[in-house]
Amino acid sequence: MTELNKLTIAEARAGLRKKQFSATELAQAFLTAIEASNAGLNAYVLPTPEVALAQAAESDKRLKSGDARPLEGLPLGNKDLFCTNGVRTTACSKILDDFEPAYESTVGANLWNAGAVMLGKLNCDEFAMGSSNETSAFGPVVSPWRRKSADGALMPDKLVPGGSSGGSSAAVAADLCLAATGTDTGGSIRQPAALTGTVGMKPTYGRCSRWGIVAFASSLDQAGPVSKTVRDAAIMLKAMASHDPKDSTSVDVPVPDYEAALSEGIKGLRVGVPKEYRVEGMSKEAEELWSRGIDWLKSAGATIHDISLPHTKYALPAYYIVAPAEASSNLARYDGVRYGLRVPKSDVTDTYESTRAAGFGQEVRRRVLIGTYVLSAGYYDAYYLKAQKVRSLIKHDFDKAWNSVDVVLTPTTPAPAFAFGEKSGDPIAMYLEDIFTVTVNMAGLPGISVPAGLSAQGTPLGLQVIGKPFDEATILRAALAIEDAAGRFPVPYRWWESVSQAAPMEKAEGNRK
Amino acid sequence: MQVDEATVRRIARLARIKITDAEAKGLKSELSGILNWVEQLDKVDTSLVEPLTRVVPIELKEREDKVTDGDIADDIVKNAPIVEDHYFVVPKVVE
Repeated sequence: MTELNKLTIAEARAGLRKKQFSATELAQAFLTAIEASNAGLNAYVLPTPEVALAQAAESDKRLKSGDARPLEGLPLGNKDLFCTNGVRTTACSKILDDFEPAYESTVGANLWNAGAVMLGKLNCDEFAMGSSNETSAFGPVVSPWRRKSADGALMPDKLVPGGSSGGSSAAVAADLCLAATGTDTGGSIRQPAALTGTVGMKPTYGRCSRWGIVAFASSLDQAGPVSKTVRDAAIMLKAMASHDPKDSTSVDVPVPDYEAALSEGIKGLRVGVPKEYRVEGMSKEAEELWSRGIDWLKSAGATIHDISLPHTKYALPAYYIVAPAEASSNLARYDGVRYGLRVPKSDVTDTYESTRAAGFGQEVRRRVLIGTYVLSAGYYDAYYLKAQKVRSLIKHDFDKAWNSVDVVLTPTTPAPAFAFGEKSGDPIAMYLEDIFTVTVNMAGLPGISVPAGLSAQGTPLGLQVIGKPFDEATILRAALAIEDAAGRFPVPYRWWESVSQAAPMEKAEGNRK
Repeated sequence: MQVDEATVRRIARLARIKITDAEAKGLKSELSGILNWVEQLDKVDTSLVEPLTRVVPIELKEREDKVTDGDIADDIVKNAPIVEDHYFVVPKVVE
């Protein structure tokens, strides 16, 4: 039998139903892989083997009695931004300390109620603020991918797995879960997926409930899956999505059978190619891949149309007003009184200020201060209101495009993965990682990144398909056409499996800096 | 837009984050850099544009006005740093 942890969701589901292996065997294969690999990759901040094995035992019962649910026995990773009942949840920040929620996020509950098995909590940028997973209080995630030199030798530089869902992307790429949850506020699912050769989907704003997810920017945040294949993304999204009375922005519309819709193909699909995405500084490789993507979709029966999204370049600066503003408001709750870290001082203001200084990392502090500034008296109209008006224009660009096209095709990122420290000194250079993804959040649209090729140095690049509101089924079909043409991109050399043995798992659980 | 150190300190106070003098200096240039960068939005004419308030045009649902949970005081204080009899404890606020 092939190694169980290398299966896709669709393959593992078939194997379980045919009784080729049990849910417990499957979970155990992943737990063993996590134990052997996590010290090298730092993808999990808290493996939860006891939860996984208990859920797997229940799955085995149900598989035996013919009572299997849609995701019965399928082991997943859960980003540490999702609250988990009785299991430590930190948003990878020191300020949440050992916070143990007494409730489960709605998306998490949907997955476990569908029979999925939780392997553990996955690393991410602190409060999901970052594009490289370098801002986590647990230390950075290491991408399983490495660059190759001209002679084909593997280079030693550690690459970032993207962010903020970097633990999710690395864990899926390294076969440490079948798929993972992620959240995407400006590109935090799609950018890490592009950098690790995985599929990452941000659904339409309102498709998945935000209840029980640590809030970053409430008008932009949306949960979605990171997976190995487009089919797996379709399976995951069906289970994650729901209307939830506990999130007034979650939308009460039927959730289609995305997997079934995949077989419809893309004959006659109208694909828009926006000229504004040909930005300065885009790598030649990304540009070539984009052209190849256009050809692939054409060969599969789509028609290609040049379109214009004139306000594209203003999306990122507008985002860096809206997101910090909402973050400064959301993060006001971390005051050292009701949960999390407290730095005790003699008066209450000093307690607040010292707690927040000690608990928030550099990037989070920076964004809270920017957000406080743009919302402060006298500046609200000039910044926040202005940015929300620009946001209307960005949405209007897309609304107009939908008159002539069904989906939009772009690169996911301007360039492949970068090395540790390469961009962490310059906030704006890091923010530019999201230049192609952030428009989608600003307009509330669904978007998917699908791996499409490798750079000259052998690292992955992704293409992004953007769709109309609540038309995830169509972008999944377009993504499948790309996947069919491009093939899949497993990590070619599993260097991390040999470096990890020395370090015990406790280290990963306890080494928050 | 250039922010000065006094502004950085005022903002940090509003945000309830203690910063050192050295941090105030660093933040002054970081925040100025970001604010300068977002100033490109001034080039966009938004005089006739409404601000976006919802990305999806849905009516907010109304729900029945009834208590749906309760008696979970233990859960609520479970994670608090200092607790006495289901109360959160803070330093004296009123003299």
